[in-house]
Formats: sequence, C-alpha cells, structure tokens
Amino acid sequence: MAITHEEVLHVAKLARLELTDDEVERLTEQLGAILEAVSKVSELDLSDVPPTSHPLELVNGWGEDEPRESLSLDQAFANAPTREGDLFKVPPTT
Amino acid sequence: MIDTLRLTAEEALGLLERKEVSGAELHRAYLDAVAERDPELNCYLRTVDEPAGDNVPIALKDVISTEGVETTAGSKILEGYVPVFDATVAARCKAAGLPLLGKTNTDEFAMGSSTENSAYGPTHNPWSPGRVPGGSGGGTAAAVSAGLAPWGLGSDTGGSIKQPSALCGNVGLRPTYGTVSRYGVVAFASSLDQVGPVAKNVRDCARLYSIIAGRDPADSTTVDVPDVELPDRESLKGLRIGVPKEMNEAEGIEPGVTAAVQKAIELARELGAKVGECELPRSVEYGLPCYYLIAPAEASSNLARYDGVRYGLRVEAGSYDTMVERTRDAGFGDEPKRRIMLGAYALSAGYYEAYYGQAQKVRTVIVREHAAAFERFDLLVSPTSPTVAFELGAKTADPLAMYLSDLLTIPSCMAGLPGLNVPCGLSDGLPVGLQLIGPQLSENTLFRAGHALERAIGFDPVPERLR
Repeated sequence: MAITHEEVLHVAKLARLELTDDEVERLTEQLGAILEAVSKVSELDLSDVPPTSHPLELVNGWGEDEPRESLSLDQAFANAPTREGDLFKVPPTT
Repeated sequence: MIDTLRLTAEEALGLLERKEVSGAELHRAYLDAVAERDPELNCYLRTVDEPAGDNVPIALKDVISTEGVETTAGSKILEGYVPVFDATVAARCKAAGLPLLGKTNTDEFAMGSSTENSAYGPTHNPWSPGRVPGGSGGGTAAAVSAGLAPWGLGSDTGGSIKQPSALCGNVGLRPTYGTVSRYGVVAFASSLDQVGPVAKNVRDCARLYSIIAGRDPADSTTVDVPDVELPDRESLKGLRIGVPKEMNEAEGIEPGVTAAVQKAIELARELGAKVGECELPRSVEYGLPCYYLIAPAEASSNLARYDGVRYGLRVEAGSYDTMVERTRDAGFGDEPKRRIMLGAYALSAGYYEAYYGQAQKVRTVIVREHAAAFERFDLLVSPTSPTVAFELGAKTADPLAMYLSDLLTIPSCMAGLPGLNVPCGLSDGLPVGLQLIGPQLSENTLFRAGHALERAIGFDPVPERLR
C-alpha cells in the first residue's frame, strides 16, 4: 500500500478532519490506489525543468491605494454561527 | 406560447427587442418549464421567482456567489449560506440586465465528473434520465439542454464546463485562464479555476462570454481581453487544425465517439481547413496524474477556510480544535474529503518534492508541448469526453474510473488554454462532443471554427425524447 493507516490518521490531523473508523479504512484503500496512479509523475527525469505554478506570465497587478467601501460589521457577521458583540465567538482553545 | 426548448438566447433577445414578449414573461416561461421538467432532472438547487432585469434570463452554477440568494457549492457545509455580495460575474450579468433564474446543481465544491457528488442529489441527463449529465457543472448543462435556461455559467477546473456540455449536447467554453474574474466564486484550485458560458449554440456562447470577460480589479489574476467577435462566417479557409494523435487514439475512447469526431474533422477539411496530425505524448499520459496532485493540493489549502467560525456549518464541541474537526467531518462529503486528504499528503513534509514539486515540473512539460503544437496549428481537436453519458452509479464506487472522464479535457487546463465543446453527433442516441483547443486568448478563433462546424454538422440540441 502506498499509504498506511497511521499516515492517514496523521494527514487527517493536518487537514483538521475527525474521520470515523470506517472513513479511515476506506480512505486508506482509496488513497493508496490514487497515490499509486499519480506516482506516475516520478517516471520522468525533470531535474532540468523549472516548475510551473501558474499558467499566465503575470507580474503583480497593483490596485490604487485608495479607501473604498467595505462590508459593514452586520454584513460580515451575517453568516456567522455565533457572534458576541463585534467578535466571532468560538469554544476555548486547548 | 414560448418554446423554451428551442429558443436560443439570440432569438429571445430578438423577441424582447421587438417587444413581442416582456422580460417578465420570458422569465416566467422558463420557470414554468422548470416546474414541468425539473422534478425529474434536478438541475436547480433553487429558483428565483422575481426577475431582476428585463433581458434574457440566466442560470448560475451554485459555486457563484449571489447576493441574497443561498449559495452552497453543492455542499452541506454551506447549507443556508446567503452571500452578502455578488461575484463579479454575477454582478456583470446583473449589469447587463440578465435576471437570475436560479442556482444550478454541481458536484460538491465542483469536484466530480457526474454531478453525483452533490450533497443535494444528482442531476439527470435530459437525453436519458437514467444517465449522468457529466460534471461538475451538470446542473447548468442539463438545464440549457432541457430548455430550463437559455444559457448559464459554469466553472471549470479540469473539465467541469466542457465535459457536461459534451454529455448534454450543448456548447460550453472554458476560457483562457485569467480572462474571467473568479472574485466571489467558491475556490477549488486557484491556478486552474475558470468561469465560463454554456449555451445552445456558439454565437450565444460568444455573446455571454463578452458579458463576463475582462479585467477585474478584485481578481489580480485577470488580464485585458481582446474584443469578442460574434462569429458569422461559414468557411474555415486558412485555418490550420492539428489532430493530436494521443488525444484521438487514447485507450477508453468509445468507437461511436471516435466516429462522430472523425466525421467532424472531415467536415472541417471540406470547409477549407488544413488538417494535419500532431503529437502531445506526455500531456495525455501524465496530464491526469499531474492534475490529481496539483488540484487536490490547492483544494486542501482553499478548503481550510471551512472551519465553523465565520460562516457555514458548525458542530459544537467543548474545544476549538474539536469543533473544527467535527464540523469538517460532518460538513464535507466523501469527494472533498478524499481530495483534501490527497492534497494535504502531497504537500506534507517529506513528500512535497516527490509529488507536488514534480507535478509542477510536469506542468511545464505540458505547457511546452502545447506551445510546440501551436507553432504549426491554430487549433487542436479531439473528443471532449472519451465516452457518452454513462449510467448513474456506474463509477461512484471507483474514484479513479471517475477521474478518467476528464482525461482529454485536463491537459489544456493545466496549460491555461481555452477550450470549446461543440456537439458533433450522436452515439447510441446520446450526444458526442468535439473539443477545440486554442492558444491563450484565441477565443475568437474558437468561436469562428465552432460556429462554422456547428452549421455544417447541423446537430439538433433538443433531446430526442423532449422533441
């Protein structure tokens, strides 16, 4: 297998996903098959080839540094699960 | 009585200009068609009853933010999310007077090739409701085919506009990367995502593209776009068309698909095009693995924002970390989870160079191969999808089999190139799509070739069972 049970649990932690045992089992198998297929990219010797991160040759697109209207506080909080005053309320960090 | 099955956007525009119908009547005619046919098809996640604007109405894929209208990206994690602003493309449609008909179904976060990954149930193909409409933009493509919208917008990362258009028998454009703003569009893989038009014919597609394209200060990846020319010529004289061997002979292309595409290539020759063979050997062989490293890597980063804090679902828990982890496990469906996991793995310490770094180099190879082909040719042609519409459930248990649906659409996406799907015939009574690929910013050439071919092919875009 290209990926172990423990690695799936480790990646789930990195990705902030609390997976069920069934999901861990299924993903270990499916990710193994997918990783085996995508590992094909390592067949090519590309040591002299530069990477492409973006398909356009763009330089920074600057905007004018001028104040403009932004969302009101009520708009920004409109979809928040819980709000307290002007803050998003979350459970305590541990 | 307005026959929404046949009506093109251009014809609808004519009716409005001659005041034969009002914008409100036109909008109502499409909603009546939705009431009649959508219970079977499930193209729309929601419709908008009150038209805002009196021009030709439009359907928008549910990854496009619409102020005051719920936008879910086909996910439970965004159920009930009502944007407080319009995506730039939605704002441009509004400014052109195009009232919103509704939001169309999509694979969750636009991840899929069949629309079966939607958390709100699959969309069915209007040509054969037991079959998929393609994906991820199956809702928009099926709606246009079934006369539930004259035109619509989709989004395309690795084939989500072109492939559903092929499977539903309509015209879809994935524009050049950077020509259409993504501001306010739910992000999947930002170096690939593009918004584009879906329509009944090439002229409508070009017209809608002209409404949405152009630089946007809110999206710094956008560029200036040449003026759009509505195509009207029926000759292809002087056009050099390349037929990449690997994209036309790849394993898994159905014989009926090859036959219809070959016929279209023959027609191109009769219309005056110079047709020749070319090669894209590594683009086809390595395109799919390259895509399934880069797109999930970007997705794992983009989807980190769904944390139960500022919007979307929250599953309450005693601590912040547990709240985030439970929210994400409950809110995301199987496909987003698979891709987040795959991407996080490819980006993690120890694997980054071998997977993500190597895939970025493969991307350069793909860019160079296409550039070499465009030294000899103006356009490249191939099937859009290796198969016609497949049956619902046929590929849901095997993610890799589903990923192969995009084998032929992915390589040009990796290179940021525009691609147009034009229906080119039927195989077993189901539409076959011809894919035209051009260099960056060659949309006008694609429209010209697509229009001439469409006239010569004479494809009837109305599904046989609805005629």
